[in-house]
Amino acid sequence: MKHIKRFLAVIIFPLLFSCNQAADTTSDSTTTDASAQPAGGQENVQDDVSQKDVVKVAMGSKDHTTLVAALKQADLVTSLSNAGPFTVFAPTNEAFNKLPAGTVDGLMKDDKKADLQNILQYHVFMSALPPEALTDGRVLGMVNGDNVTVTVKDGKTMLNNSATIITSIPASNGMIYVIDGVLLPPSK
Amino acid sequence: MKRSILPVLSLAAAVILLGSTGCKPKNAESAASGDAASRVYVPPGKYDELYNFVSGGFSGQVSVYGIPSGRLLRVIPTFSIDPESGYGFSEETKPMLNTSHGEVPWDDQHHLELSQTNGELDGRWLFANGNNTPRIARIDLKTFRTAEILEIPNSAGNHSSPFITENTEYVVAGTRFSVPMDNDNGDVPIDTYKKNFKGTVSFISVAPTTGEMKIAFQLLLPGVDFDLSHSGKGPSSGWFFFSCYNSEQAHTLLEVNASQRDKDFIMAVNWKKAEEYVKQGKGQVQTVKYAHNVYNDSTHTATSTMETKTLVLDVKNFPDIVYMIPCPKSPHGCDVDPTGEYIVGSGKLAALIPVYSFAKIQQAITNKTFDGDYDGIPVIKYEAALHGEVKKPGLGPLHTEFDGKGNAYTTMFISSEIVKWSLKDLTVLDRHATYYSPGHLMIPGGDTRKPYGKYLVAYNKITKDRYLPTGPELSQSAQLFDISGDKMKLLADYPSIGEPHYAQAIPAEMISKNSLKIFDISKNSNQYVTLGEKNAKVVRTGNRVDVYMTMIRSHLNPDNIEGVKVGDEVYFHLTNLEQDWDVPHGFAIKGANTAELLVLPGETQTLKWIPTESSMYPFYCTDFCSALHQEMQGYLRVSPRGSNVPISFSMGKNADASDSTLTKSTK
Repeated sequence: MKHIKRFLAVIIFPLLFSCNQAADTTSDSTTTDASAQPAGGQENVQDDVSQKDVVKVAMGSKDHTTLVAALKQADLVTSLSNAGPFTVFAPTNEAFNKLPAGTVDGLMKDDKKADLQNILQYHVFMSALPPEALTDGRVLGMVNGDNVTVTVKDGKTMLNNSATIITSIPASNGMIYVIDGVLLPPSK
Repeated sequence: MKRSILPVLSLAAAVILLGSTGCKPKNAESAASGDAASRVYVPPGKYDELYNFVSGGFSGQVSVYGIPSGRLLRVIPTFSIDPESGYGFSEETKPMLNTSHGEVPWDDQHHLELSQTNGELDGRWLFANGNNTPRIARIDLKTFRTAEILEIPNSAGNHSSPFITENTEYVVAGTRFSVPMDNDNGDVPIDTYKKNFKGTVSFISVAPTTGEMKIAFQLLLPGVDFDLSHSGKGPSSGWFFFSCYNSEQAHTLLEVNASQRDKDFIMAVNWKKAEEYVKQGKGQVQTVKYAHNVYNDSTHTATSTMETKTLVLDVKNFPDIVYMIPCPKSPHGCDVDPTGEYIVGSGKLAALIPVYSFAKIQQAITNKTFDGDYDGIPVIKYEAALHGEVKKPGLGPLHTEFDGKGNAYTTMFISSEIVKWSLKDLTVLDRHATYYSPGHLMIPGGDTRKPYGKYLVAYNKITKDRYLPTGPELSQSAQLFDISGDKMKLLADYPSIGEPHYAQAIPAEMISKNSLKIFDISKNSNQYVTLGEKNAKVVRTGNRVDVYMTMIRSHLNPDNIEGVKVGDEVYFHLTNLEQDWDVPHGFAIKGANTAELLVLPGETQTLKWIPTESSMYPFYCTDFCSALHQEMQGYLRVSPRGSNVPISFSMGKNADASDSTLTKSTK
């Protein structure tokens, strides 16, 4: 577990912020040609042949428009289009709707980007977990640094006793588990 | 120093003594034109205008560059084993390098030719010659992989190859070395050369849709050295032209003994006529031995078949197939202009470049304007075939390409320059130094009916001080010129792989649109494929152990294997389950004498391993595939001979961690 966290610190976080950095350099006159590049990274690769990655799968789901909008606002599309491997717990639109009124709109504001990133990164685990790996009592160290606990009861797999896994969808760079609730990181 | 140009060196000394300074290179530092940087700059993320396929010479491989950037895009393993891709190491690819002499792991690759339709590039295949152990390879430009290799019997030094006819009906292969034929006794004194040694040119048919090659017929010819060749086109359609030197038929110190006669020959072959004779059942079937190796993209496996028959036409019996045309001083390049009317022979020791007219050649044949015969082959009178001569073009003319605007460009090895001249009046229009001593040059489509006359690349034989020094061994240099204007402009200078001889280039779109991204795993019919992780297994049959292992981000399955014994023949059949562009996985196991594997998405490849010691053998993925690539690993336990540890395999069944503080999170 420690090992994975070290990975996150070293690899994932720089990746998550890399697109911001790239955007910053566009005002630098010495990198004019680099500024001609579209923003972002592998999400722009033209490829209709390969199996879809976790982002493309989410984008193709009418039940995940809120999640996709949030991923875009949190600048996470580039990272999740990366090689992974990821496990993404993907709350449905309905799950987001269960949050107190105005929560999502509030998180979508630019000055709340860090909070939104923290919440979304709490839905991502490094490694493509097959369903049989989600065993009762398993503690998952999520990308944002906090833990999620798995419980299995009466054939239902729940996360933090608050969100239930509805279904799983394999993607090229990981596994997506559709969940019926939004996971909120523990308050600090 | 390169063998084919050795004779020129004696001339070099003479040139220096004569104090010829007219062709000296200009100051190299000031040679590039002012806007060169912007002309070759391809911004990050943008594509090059052209693919440039470059022969690898003594590396045996083919490299692919982008033009105008000069960026190396890929090296295609062709005639040599390749530790990057596993070509020649995996059980599936080993048959590709099989020959009648057994496995030849390293050959010498000189010339390339892109497939054509109606004399224009069509972007389907690239043909490559294996010079030493005579072979032709066909590279599939959808996969950028060697799809087929055909050995050529009755041949040695397959140099004037692999040039093609206008519709890729045939690839030709002419012998640089004359030798006793394969089914004759080769155990003869070398000084019986004139009696026992023969040259051949082979016509290899190419199946129109699959591209599969087959030796259609071989022409038995006098014992000269065939050097280069090019197909006729337009009016000269149905003819092929070969340069040949050593008409002296020397078998020792060719540097001196093959440079005695004033003229050698350009050989004109009426292959349509030869084809007619073949259809009439003429010729002699000979029993020989040559390998035909084919790679199948569904089984991901090569097969090598030993062929035993070839059809030989002795040209003495078919006098209207072949004619000799005198050409001064050991011709090297043999190039046909885009109209198909002019044939350029480059006598590498000559002070002029003869240009022949196809119409005149035909007239001379009709009127029998011959000057005797050479070993029974009619020799056309030089003047009767000649369109004219380019006078004093430079020193050491080697190869010529065309821009489609009526101009020809010839490399001058000795005076180290490219000379542009007019096909119409044969006057020199421009000259530009190269650094140093060019061999071949290449204009995209420059040997087709429709050249893309914007760029020219010179492939130089001598590098010396062009780049930062890297010890005694230097990469050979290529130089890119802009030839869109009246004067050539030097744009860029870049190192290459091995020794580039001939090269080809094609507008990028003609190939990029067809480029494959992944192998469809549902079509994988390798006999050892593992379709899905649930089918991963280890099977013992006697002392053979087959490991059916899958690879997907980020684990190998199975990754714990026991029950293998010392002396077992272990076959790791790795199937990459990924269906995602550019996610290969590698496989390596400690101590494997058979090296490693690289497995592309949807592909199956096999590594053979015979463990010699009882021990624990770690294995892992060698290609950084994902954030958890470093976790993609496993163990194989090898027990002594006679051990009763049963075969077992698993993945994911972890024992409790020894440190109790870790138990909770890993359970």
